[in-house]
Formats: sequence, C-alpha cells, structure tokens
Amino acid sequence: MADNTSDIKLNADSFKPVAANNVDEQEKISAPSLTFFQDAIRRLRKNKAAVFSFWLLAIIILISIVSIWWTPSDPNAQHVAYANLPPKIANGSIPGFTGKANVGGNIVDKYAAAKVPKGTYYVLGTDYLGRDLFSRLMKGVALSLLIGLLATLFDLVIGVPYGIISGWKGGKTDTIMQRIIEIISSIPNLVVVILMLLLFTPGLGSIVVAMGITGWITMARLVRAETLTLKTQEYILAARTLGESPLRIALKHLIPNLSSTIIIQTMFSIPTAIFFEAFLSFIGIGIPAPNASLGTLLSDGQKTFRFLPYQMWYPAAVISIIMIAFNLLADGLRDAFDPKTQE
Amino acid sequence: MEKILEVKDLQIDFDTFAGSVKAIRNVDFHLNKGETLAIVGESGSGKSVTVRSIMGLLANNAQVTSGSIDFKGRDILKLSNREIEKIRGNDISMIFQDPMTSLDPTMPIGKQVAEPLLIHGSMSKKKAMARAEEVLELVGITNAKNRMKDYPHQFSGGQRQRIVIAIAIVNYPEILIADEPTTALDVTIQAQIIDLMKELQNKIETSIIFITHDLGVVAGIADRVAVMYAGKIIEYGSVDEIFYNPQHPYTWGLLNSMPTLDTDSDRLYAIPGTPPNLLNPPKGDAFAPRNPYAMAIDYEAMPPFFKISDTHYAATWLLHPDAPKTEPPVAIKKRQAEFQRLVAEGKINQPEYEEEGGVKDDAE
Amino acid sequence: MMQNNPQPQERKKLVEVKHLKQYFNAGRRNEVKAIDDISFEIYEGETFGLVGESGSGKSTTGRSIIRLYTPTSGEIEFNGTDISKIKHKDMLQFRREMQMIFQDPYASLNPRMKVKDIIAEGLDIHHLVKNEAERDARVNELLDLVGLSHDHATRYPHEFSGGQRQRIGIARALAVEPRFIIADEPISALDVSIQAQVVNLLRDIQKEQNLTYLFIAHDLSMVKYISDRIAVMHNGRLMELSSADEVYNHPLHPYTKSLLSAVPLPDPFYERNRHRKGYDDRIETDGQLRSLKEIVPGHFVLATEEEVAGYQAAAEEYHLDD
Ligand SMILES: Nc1ncnc2c1ncn2[C@@H]1O[C@H](COP(=O)(O)OP(=O)(O)OP(=O)(O)O)[C@@H](O)[C@H]1O
Ligand SMILES: Nc1ncnc2c1ncn2[C@@H]1O[C@H](COP(=O)(O)OP(=O)(O)OP(=O)(O)O)[C@@H](O)[C@H]1O
Ligand SMILES: [Mg+2]
Ligand SMILES: [Mg+2]
Repeated sequence: MADNTSDIKLNADSFKPVAANNVDEQEKISAPSLTFFQDAIRRLRKNKAAVFSFWLLAIIILISIVSIWWTPSDPNAQHVAYANLPPKIANGSIPGFTGKANVGGNIVDKYAAAKVPKGTYYVLGTDYLGRDLFSRLMKGVALSLLIGLLATLFDLVIGVPYGIISGWKGGKTDTIMQRIIEIISSIPNLVVVILMLLLFTPGLGSIVVAMGITGWITMARLVRAETLTLKTQEYILAARTLGESPLRIALKHLIPNLSSTIIIQTMFSIPTAIFFEAFLSFIGIGIPAPNASLGTLLSDGQKTFRFLPYQMWYPAAVISIIMIAFNLLADGLRDAFDPKTQE
Repeated sequence: MEKILEVKDLQIDFDTFAGSVKAIRNVDFHLNKGETLAIVGESGSGKSVTVRSIMGLLANNAQVTSGSIDFKGRDILKLSNREIEKIRGNDISMIFQDPMTSLDPTMPIGKQVAEPLLIHGSMSKKKAMARAEEVLELVGITNAKNRMKDYPHQFSGGQRQRIVIAIAIVNYPEILIADEPTTALDVTIQAQIIDLMKELQNKIETSIIFITHDLGVVAGIADRVAVMYAGKIIEYGSVDEIFYNPQHPYTWGLLNSMPTLDTDSDRLYAIPGTPPNLLNPPKGDAFAPRNPYAMAIDYEAMPPFFKISDTHYAATWLLHPDAPKTEPPVAIKKRQAEFQRLVAEGKINQPEYEEEGGVKDDAE
Repeated sequence: MMQNNPQPQERKKLVEVKHLKQYFNAGRRNEVKAIDDISFEIYEGETFGLVGESGSGKSTTGRSIIRLYTPTSGEIEFNGTDISKIKHKDMLQFRREMQMIFQDPYASLNPRMKVKDIIAEGLDIHHLVKNEAERDARVNELLDLVGLSHDHATRYPHEFSGGQRQRIGIARALAVEPRFIIADEPISALDVSIQAQVVNLLRDIQKEQNLTYLFIAHDLSMVKYISDRIAVMHNGRLMELSSADEVYNHPLHPYTKSLLSAVPLPDPFYERNRHRKGYDDRIETDGQLRSLKEIVPGHFVLATEEEVAGYQAAAEEYHLDD
C-alpha cells in the first residue's frame, strides 16, 4: 500500500483525460500462435527421456530400412567352419570385441583357431551355423518393426473406425459391438494363435492374422470411450445444428480430437506386438527357420547361453531397448498431449 | 478489531513457456477476526492464486518473489511443508468451487467428514464420527445419523456442497476460505448455502474469505470487500462503502454492468476490451486502456491508495487532489444518493474519517 | 422490452410447442422425464426467456426444438411446419433457419480448428460462398459484427478469453443467417463485466437482423433485462408464463415467488433485509391434474380449475396496488 510515489513527477498535463484506446488494440493477442500439436511437441521436447527415445528409435528404424537392401553379410548364409565365433571389431583391440573367448580357463583367439582370413570379422559374432549375428539382428529388428507397423495398421484400420462407430451410434449398435469385443477379448491370445496354426503354417502370416483378430481391441475400446464423451461436446452439437453429416463430423471433428489418444495408443501397441512375436518365436511357433526375428534369435541364443552368452545378450539388449524406448516415448506423448499437465 | 491474518506486499510470478506471468502484484490485505472478507474480480485477476498461497497450495511453477503472510505471529510463506500441513485443514480450511470433484466418490460421506479429525487430531475414531455427524447436522443434512454411510452420488448438488462445507469446518477452523463455492449452483441452492455460511459463522466464529465474481452474493455475505484487477487490489472497504460509494472506475464498471430489476435502458453498460496480459503488465494503472476516465498519468505511474475513510481505500489517480472532478456514471450516482439516504435515516453507519499522516497517505 | 399485455393474435407465431414430452431411457428403470408436457409459443421478433433451476429441462427443451433430440410425444412447429415431418432434402434449409448458441465457451469450439474455419463451418456446409476469397471476406464481416479483429481469424480457440470465445460461437451461428436463435445460457459462464458485452451484442444483432430468440438462463435479472416474455420451468413443466415485467413484479405461482426471492442483488441493504420464500413442491406432486391457465390476459399459471380463482384474486390485488 505504501507505494512510494514521491519520485513520480506530476504536472498540469498529468491529469488531462486521454481518449480511450482503440478496443481492437487491447484485444490483440501478442503470444505466438501455436497449434495444439506444436504446443504438444514443445512440451514433448522438454521431456529428455522421450526425446532420447525418439532419436534412438529413429536410428533403429533407419538401420532396419537399410537392412532391406544391405546387410554386412547374408544373414541366412551358413559357414559351418566359422560357427560360434565371438564378437570382433577390426583388429580386435576393443574390449569385448576382441574375437577371443575363454575356453576351459584359457583365452583363445577363436578367429585364429577357425582360420578366418585376416580382415574378416563378425561384429556380434556368429551362431552355431556360422551365420553373421549382426546381420541377423538387423533383419530381426526389421521384421519386428514390420510387425509393429502391421499392428498400427490394424489399430488404425479396424480399431479406430470400430470405436468411432460404436461410440457415435450408441444404443443397440453400441451394445452389440461391445459384446463382440468382449467375446474376442475373452479368448486368450495364445489360443487364437494355436487355432491359427491349425489352419495355417507357422510364420508371419499366422502371427499377422492372430493380431488382426485381437490386436485392435484396446484401441477400439479407447476410441469408443473418447467418442462417447466427445459426442456430447457442444462443438459437435453445433456442427449437427449446422447440418453437418455424420461422416464429415467424424473426419472434421472427431478424428482430430481423437488423434492424441490414437497416437499414444499406437505407441503402446507397437511394443506389445513386437513382444508378442518374440514370445511366439521364442516358444517355437512364430517365424520359422531360417528367417531371423528377435524371438528366434533369443530362442537360439538361450540354448547356448551358458557357454556363449553373447548370442543372447545382444538380441535381448536390443529388444529391451526397443520396448523401453517405445514406452518412454508413449509416456512422453501422453504427458505432452494431456492438458492437465500443462504448465 | 483483531487482525487474524495479514498479507503484506505479496508478489507471485508463474514461470511459463511464454515468460514469467506476474499473477499477483504487491497485494496487501488483512482479515479481521470473525468477519467475512469478499474478494471480487474478473476471471484471471488472481483471486484463487492469492488464497492458494495462504493455504500453501501454489502450483509448482509459482514463485513468491516477495511478501509475507502473517498468521498467529508466523509467516506462512516461511513454514516448512510439514508445518503448513498442520495448519491446513485445521486452522485454515478451504472450500473449492466444484462440489462434484471435491468429494471422493468411493468413500461414504461420514468417513470423509471425519477424515480431517483423524489426520490432525488425536481423536478416537468413534469420537470423530460423532463429531462428523454433529457437523453434518449443522450444515443441514437431515437425518445425518443414517446418511453417514451414503456415498456422494446419493446426494443432490446442493447437499454435496453442504458436505464439502462440513469437511471444511469439522475442525472448527479459525479461517475458512471459500473459492467460488456457489458458482456451480442454482440461485435457490446458492441462497441456502450463503445463509448456511452466515449461520455457521455465528455458531463457530470463524473468519471467512469468500471469493466470487457475483456482486449480488458479495452484497449478501460480506462485511468487507476487496476488488482485484490484474493481480492487484484496486479498492477495498466495507461492503456498504464499496456498493454505495465506490471510487475506482473499475468498481463503477462492475456495478454498472449488472442489470438491476429496474434497469430499463436499451443497452447495458459494458466495460470495453479485455484485461491486460500479465506477461507484460502495463507500467501505469492496468485498467487505464479500458477506463473511460483515463488520464495521462494513468499510463505513466501506478496510482497509490487514496484514503476515503478509515476503512475505505482506492487506488486511482482520480482521487488525487489535483485531478479534475469527475462525475461517476448515473447508476453510481444513484447508489451514492441511496447511501446518503440510508445514512441519514440511520440505517447504516457513517464511515469515519480520521486524518493521519501514516503510510497510507496519498502521494505528493 | 414490451408492453404489459401482449396481443398474441396480431403477431406471427414462429415456434409453437404443443404438449411436448421428452423422456430419456423411456420405459427403463432409470427413466427421466426431462420434459413433461409443455406448450408455449414464441412470436416472431421477440425474446422468449426460459428460466428454472438446474435439471429443470431447459436445455432439453432447446435441443428438442432444434431437433437434436426426437420428442417422446408432442409436436413442435417452426414457421407453420411440424419439424418432425421435415423431409431429408428440406432438412438443410431448416438447419439454416434455426441456430444455437451454447453455454460453455470452452466446450463449444473445436480446439483443433482455426477461428476462421469454425466460423465458416456453416458457410461450407450450406455452400454459401463460392471461393476462398469470398469465404475470407464473409468471415471478416462476421468478425466485425461480433467485435473481433480480422487477425483473430487464424488463431486457435484456446488463445481467447471466455467472452471472446462466446462471440466466436455467436459469429458461427450468424454465418448461416438464421431467423431463430436458441441461446442456451450464453452468459452464465462469463464474468459480470463480460456478460454485458455479450448481452449487448445479442440485442444489437437482434435489432439489425430481426431475429427471434429463445434465451435460456438461470440468472433471473439478466433474463428479465433481455426478454419480452418469460416462462418459468420446474421439474420438466412450465409453472408460469407471462411478460417479463409481469413475472417479476406480479409473480403468481409460489415457485416463481420462491425463485425471485432467492435472486441476489448487488445491494447490501436489500440483502440484509431479504426474506427468502420457501417452496413447498406438494403443489406439483399432489397428483391433481394441472395445466397452464390464463389468469389475466397474457399471464398463465400452472393450476387446477379450482386454483384459478385464487390466482385471479392474487393478480387483482397486485393491480390494485399499482
Ligand atoms: N500454474 C500456473 N501457471 C501459470 N499461470 C498461472 C498458473 N496459475 C494461475 N496462473 C495465472 O495467474 C492469473 C491469476 O489466476 P487465478 O486463478 O488466481 O484467477 P482467478 O481470479 O481465480 O480467476 P477465476 O475467476 O477464473 O477463478 C491468471 O492470469 C492465470 O493465468
Ligand atoms: N441425454 C440424457 N440422458 C439422460 N438424462 C438426461 C439427458 N439429458 C438430460 N437429462 C436429464 O434431464 C433433466 C433435464 O436436463 P436439462 O439438461 O434439460 O436441464 P437444464 O434445465 O438445462 O439444467 P442446467 O441448468 O443444469 O443446464 C435432468 O434431470 C438431466 O439429468
Ligand atoms: Mg479462481
Ligand atoms: Mg442446461
């Protein structure tokens, strides 16, 4: 209250009335205009873990794309003579990548023992058939990501429209569609896969079909719940009173407002799908030999884990990194999109 | 009168992406024992932030850059979290705006009302439940004994707000802060809640800080009123002084823009424009750009408080002795005439004015 | 504002609601009789106020009139045609003539759309503009009308204050040049000082474009100010209907009296001496058949045949006082 006003110079002009400002001037918005997405991305950027995950995944995806055309060596080519070679880089001066292994208490240069020509080395070693593990890992990751991509596709093509229709129509349609979802989700995934295996041969095909049957359920549920609340929002009512058709309402109003839910859920369903494939391959009903996937690599590595741990370490590390990165990114996205955490 | 709470020179900024929001700018006020102080002002003027700072409930990005809040000889702003928690819900409690979200839908109401007692006191569970029942009766939940086990959704909106009040007063707090407790309610229920709060104040002798932007409600409940604009208190005084003899052009605008039942003119008075952006608060009087009475000085310097009576102060350059005499809007003049009449008829007291040379004196 | 005794015969009825009932979850355990047999007319060019407490069925009434809901029974006529019988091809035209302004300035604008696209939504649906340039010009015109500046067009709703958002909602409704606007509590979420801006705007455009309003609110002083006639609603039924002044100065139904006695006024002396009148709803729930009866010309009250005489006596007393 005790504003010190002695330093204010008052003069005759001080008390001259000033015409009120232009109202337009006052209503000007000075802050930069950010769309919802720009704002969300700004918030995402602040989340170090999510940003790091994002770039990590970007690199992994890039490498996988490269692997479609190029791998250091043919991932399925067998060199029985070069079986079970440990990892080695260049001249073997990097610890852990020396090409030497502990055999019965003695450090042995396995590369020399197998008479591998100088200049040939395997970054992550070879498996029991002498196949280059690095190339196989590249292929495996690519396959896992492909499965993730297909899972996204099912989420978007089946889950999203299913949820929107169910939520928007409401009433009987909704009841029936929800019963169908309940029935599907009450059957364990594994049972579905085994049923698939009875019909098809094991392989990418049956995994994909199994995912197609069950993978989109969570997405459909989330989208339906969100649609139910969006549908009573006044801007949707306003669109209806203006005469907008349901299809256009879905495209113009629902999907943009569902987009954050959809993006976040995809980020969660990709690792789920990857893990699902790995699990199936691991127990031997997934991708058939000789093709590599993260699951088959783990399964093969596990058999010799006690003696040749590197064969399992690297695929295990990679799958863990992918899973964690997707989850961290999804968490980050959720926080970024959720207005409640807005500062 | 005994001061129970005194806020001095409070200044709170919020760090945001766009910069630092100067939400509270040098706010001073005090609360007397047993009175109801209403804080009114536009959305975003800083009412909630002010009272949240008293409760120690500021958001993480808030920064108290100066000031003190004296309560019982201690500065709340300097207390540790543990110490504040002891005060919160015990000596000072708060009622929030939305009765739907302040109750736990999964807990019977009796337990919810008793909870503050169990957290703070060493009271036995049985005793706490007995007190809860008593307080539920007090706030007008009929048949409280049998309804203690009911869940929030089994009550109407008005009853739920009563339960929220019951939780807030179960410890017989010395200060009750109500942040727009009736905004979400109907006029009929609103009137009941206001009557209830007045009645409670008599019974348990708490002091109340009541936040609202409804001037009708203020007229009904307040002893004193503080008007906030853009993070500052711009006028404060007794309820009669603010309603019948307002001095700040913003208070004029607020009172003027409410239609009374006999407003017949073709247009309502509307304060033009929107409040300033608190990222860069203006140098002078923040209200100047919307003020039809603005003077050159308003854009230059922040007006100090000028004294109108012992209890009534307003921060506007119009009160400066050198300022030209201004005629307030017709509706305000009507109010002033009404004031004279009521004072003459002895229905309200003439505010006292005592010359003083203290800090609150005007500028020169 | 209007004279005390409206002469309905001379004025054109724009909206006619006849024995409208709107039940939710009809026939099930959780049935809600949101509207239970109401009838009223809205004349061309007037503002018809609808007041009542939360849950009394005000919004439902508005939404039934604009065909967001299908009535359980009863009829709604707009401009002489029964709206439930409008053919699909005429529906678009109906959507142009009747528009709605919503309560919640935060929920009524799509957060992902730019202001200009929000305002132009109706223009696009009804093909009222031929090209982008014309569209922009029309949007600017509408922004001018509601007192917003042209550079607001490319901004997003979250950048605006409540009052500004409400004005955007009004511009969206006006874009299709409606004749009748349902305003569902357009100001109750706004600050007092901003309420006046919006109310003035609504009145100005009403005069300019000869609009008819159904104005829904629970703030009785604002309704009194803006409305020509007022209906008081409670539990899905109309309690009283008359000119604004009649309802305020000469309320007859006990519910109206109770509601009026609860309105807080910005006058401490009045407030200190205010006596709230309680309301005993047995008058609605005693099982007797009641309908709106004309007590004095233009003043209707929900009553039984027997109660009419009592209300008439009360009305007479008022008029002796004047
Ligand atoms: N956590 C925060 N981060 C940034 N700014 C904030 C935060 N909390 C409040 N503010 C800003 O502080 C100012 C005062 O907010 P406050 O909630 O006190 O307003 P209010 O007067 O209570 O308004 P209302 O009537 O809408 O409740 C506003 O400009 C608001 O945007
Ligand atoms: N879609 C719905 N399904 C079921 N019940 C509904 C639905 N919409 C409204 N109701 C119920 O109908 C009644 C009337 O609701 P309505 O929204 O018309 O009230 P209102 O007078 O507009 O109240 P408010 O002032 O709170 O907006 C309420 O009891 C409400 O719960
Ligand atoms: Mg607040
Ligand atoms: Mg409503």
